[in-house]
Amino acid sequence: MLQGPVIVLTSFAYLGLLFAIAYYADRRADAGRSVIASPYIYSLSLAVYATAWTFYGSVGRAAVNGVGFLPIYIGPTLVIALWWIVMRKILRISKQNRITSLADFIASRYGKSALLGGVVTVIAVIGILPYISLQLKAISNSFTIVLQYPEIIMPAKLGAVPLLQDTALWVALILAAFTIVFGTRHLDAAEHHEGMVAAIAFESLVKLFAFLAVGIWVSFVLYNGFGDIFTRATGDPQLKPLLAPLEGVAGSYSSWVWLTILSMLAIMFLPRQFQVTVIENKDEKHLNKAIWLFPLYMLAINVFVLPIAFGGRLHFPGGNVDADTFVLTLPMVEKQEVLALIVFIGGLSAATGMVIVETIALSTMVCNDLIMPALLRIRALGLTMRPDLSGLLLGIRRGAIVLILLLGYMYFRLAGEAYALVSIGLISFAAVAQFAPCVLGGIFWKGGTRRGALAGLLAGFAVWSYTLLLPALARSGWLPLGLLEHGPFGIELLKPLALFGVAGLDQTTHAMIWSMIANIGAYVGVSLMAAPGADEHRQASLFVDVFSQPDEAGGARFWRGTASAPDLHDVLARFVGTASADEIFREYARQRGVRWPQEPLDADAALVHYVEMHLAGAIGASSARVMIASVVKEEALTLDEVREVLDEASQVVVYSRQVEEKSRELEAASAELRAANERLKELDRLKDDFISTVTHELRTPLTSIRAFSEILRDDPKLALAEREKFVGIICKETERLTRLINQVLDLAKLESGTAEWHDTRVDMRELVSEVVTAMSQVFHDKAVRVELRAPDGVPAVYADADRLKQVLLNLLSNAVKFCEAGRGRVEVSVSGEAGRVRIDVRDNGPGISAADQAVIFEKFRQVGDTLTEKPQGTGLGLHICRQIVERHGGTLWVESRVGEGACFSFTLPVAPSQRAAAAARVA
Amino acid sequence: MAKKVLIVDDERNIVTALEFLLQKNGYDVRVAATGEEALAQLDAFRPDLVLLDVMMPKVSGYEVCQRVRSRPDWQGMKIVMLSAKGREVEVSKGMSLGADLYVTKPFSNTELVATIGRLLSGAA
Repeated sequence: MLQGPVIVLTSFAYLGLLFAIAYYADRRADAGRSVIASPYIYSLSLAVYATAWTFYGSVGRAAVNGVGFLPIYIGPTLVIALWWIVMRKILRISKQNRITSLADFIASRYGKSALLGGVVTVIAVIGILPYISLQLKAISNSFTIVLQYPEIIMPAKLGAVPLLQDTALWVALILAAFTIVFGTRHLDAAEHHEGMVAAIAFESLVKLFAFLAVGIWVSFVLYNGFGDIFTRATGDPQLKPLLAPLEGVAGSYSSWVWLTILSMLAIMFLPRQFQVTVIENKDEKHLNKAIWLFPLYMLAINVFVLPIAFGGRLHFPGGNVDADTFVLTLPMVEKQEVLALIVFIGGLSAATGMVIVETIALSTMVCNDLIMPALLRIRALGLTMRPDLSGLLLGIRRGAIVLILLLGYMYFRLAGEAYALVSIGLISFAAVAQFAPCVLGGIFWKGGTRRGALAGLLAGFAVWSYTLLLPALARSGWLPLGLLEHGPFGIELLKPLALFGVAGLDQTTHAMIWSMIANIGAYVGVSLMAAPGADEHRQASLFVDVFSQPDEAGGARFWRGTASAPDLHDVLARFVGTASADEIFREYARQRGVRWPQEPLDADAALVHYVEMHLAGAIGASSARVMIASVVKEEALTLDEVREVLDEASQVVVYSRQVEEKSRELEAASAELRAANERLKELDRLKDDFISTVTHELRTPLTSIRAFSEILRDDPKLALAEREKFVGIICKETERLTRLINQVLDLAKLESGTAEWHDTRVDMRELVSEVVTAMSQVFHDKAVRVELRAPDGVPAVYADADRLKQVLLNLLSNAVKFCEAGRGRVEVSVSGEAGRVRIDVRDNGPGISAADQAVIFEKFRQVGDTLTEKPQGTGLGLHICRQIVERHGGTLWVESRVGEGACFSFTLPVAPSQRAAAAARVA
Repeated sequence: MAKKVLIVDDERNIVTALEFLLQKNGYDVRVAATGEEALAQLDAFRPDLVLLDVMMPKVSGYEVCQRVRSRPDWQGMKIVMLSAKGREVEVSKGMSLGADLYVTKPFSNTELVATIGRLLSGAA
């Protein structure tokens, strides 16, 4: 069954199935019904981390190092717990800035630097080549091995093959074609590859299934469970040491720590991981599930590594069979053809998944961050003027995919045979770890600069090349081995594997320590040496403060320049096509409430920023920058200006709060002033009225006095009776005048607060009866009956006794005045109620209408029955009474109905000590 | 026949003084304490001159003056306004309503009598 044609056919059938899945997912995505918008698919797509290295290499490593394969999986499991802090931030930044790749992310962070993007791309491509070669090696080896069935022959034993007969080359070319079909069918403005993600998720299931199948078969069919395998392994003197992993076999503790750290960084910064985790992410919330689902996947695919490894070692004791192939060769040697085929497909799926995503990610970087910025800058090509560049973009990407895979193949031919799978992979891990300082520093530290990032990357990469790449080439015979043994030019201190005399570490640990020291040192050191430029400052703030940015337009406030909307539309259409550009503009117009294209769009900072964002989604931030610059006359902000904006932005909030507060205060103050002015005007008017009224009131008695005085003077022969009558009137009017003057003065004193008060304890019963007695003559004269009701136990008040008498006199005089002579009756009562003393003066006079009740307490308001006799008063009495009562903390009011008499009442608070005593009594 | 004078004022003592003064000078005098009372008497009494206080509750002197001037058959009636309010605004208001004279309280008896005499003889 395992003949060549069957295997080739099965392989192509499998790839065809993948393509069908991808095609279906793309169609669904186009229809707006995404199949990958699920946290489970997202988590499965993250499992692209598990490649042929995991599938074949883990067993290989375990067979030699025991549990030494584990750090590669422990790292991601540990670091993913931190993703809520780190990856969520990277996700948010990438979505807001429409980041298309890791290189784009770094370039964008450090002022949209095309140079930095290019450097990152070059490092990524060179760094990842070993890793791709690993996959090619795995596929071609497994293919070659399977073809030898039923013999078990290692590919290395077959000797060198001519180029065109090399399986690996064909694998590379087929994968290139397949990747082109997958990843560059069309140009997506947001670099989303839904079909690819769906296919990757499916592959994750296939490789897990295949690995579990072989694991279960080895553990439970070939042997009798884990116990059986481990018992046998313990009995084998060669295998026993592997079960005590940290006793020198798997390297020191430090290498465990460094491998764990290395894989922590790799899971974040491998271009393909960045692609699936960040670029292809549909929803930030998917992280929540991935944080536990992904480690679960890692656990599942590692459970059977040791059993298979020991099973293989026990089965092939001679060491003729490469441990990296145990997964495949165990079923083959036991004639399990179907299982072998499943394993082959599982390995193929692990490798193709990695290759597809990695090359798509790399080709995007090569296109967006390396080639396009360079091409766009070459004016002679006139690319910025070309109407449609989407074809060119696709061409570049396709070329890049082929190139990367061929370079991977080249590395395989150059160095592939000298290393085990895992060692090759670790070289790549160490390369991408170089991105960690500038990415992590970039999202948490505003001080990191473009130069710092560049210096760090170059220093780290240089050390990596020297300590990992160079030895790999040397061991493959491409460089003299003496370089490794004696150092360049015989300088021992510079030995690539023991730099500055640091020996005794494994190669990866050694490289990691030195490259990280160089990288972080250069990044931080250079960043601190020079202040960041204006662009960097702006981007730093956009990245570091991403969670406090209101929305995508956050960057727009830093822009100044002139542009035209049609130009911006043109430039966008060139890369994403007219239809998409129209759609993007319509969406923008809709947000703005503008009916585009009927109405023109204002080409302001927001629109420029919006277009740049969308352009960045297609061609990366640095290229988008160049394109936008070609249609926009931009005035560069100076660093000082940007810094001002930034400083102000935070201060503006404070200021505007203060300004708001101040203006509120001002408003309140001016309202107060207006009110005060109104009050003053009103007072002025009242004063005028008052003077006018007083004058009038003074003149009236004066008129009588003068008139009668003149009559008396001019007519000496006046009859005695008349003479007496007239003199009587003069006297009365003079009294009236005096009273008026006194009351006006009294009122003036009360109102200005200069009145003197002589407060004492006053027994209201005594006071009231005293006043009633004093007025008895008045009552008697008019034959008005007066009744006093003053029960015992009315508490005392603390008040000015003379003033209270004045109030009572006034009220009683009024009562008498309005009573009908002979039939009048006035009732005075004193009572205590709820901490107050109440006095009522009730008469049976004509009563007071409601309208009059409202005004009688005002100055100079008199109400009288003018048909009969005008009441003799000044119109100030009640007003003064009210002033006096209120000054004592009491109230004065009237209750009356026309025809039913009137009752004037006032209350006064009980004297303090009295109140306490009353309270005590109650208790 | 003695000229007829109607005194309108709500100040009882002032009315008493004016009544005494004008009777002594030979006028036929009637008195009214309010504006309504004055209007009620006008038709029957047909005074040659009305001495009219301005500040009265309800129907004021101004109003009485206006009513008088609106009746064509009362055109010959002289009106002297008496007021404790002596500001120019008030004087001109009284004059514009058709008063013949505006006298500020307190007044000189002699002058008032002379003025009334002059007004009535001029009309005769």
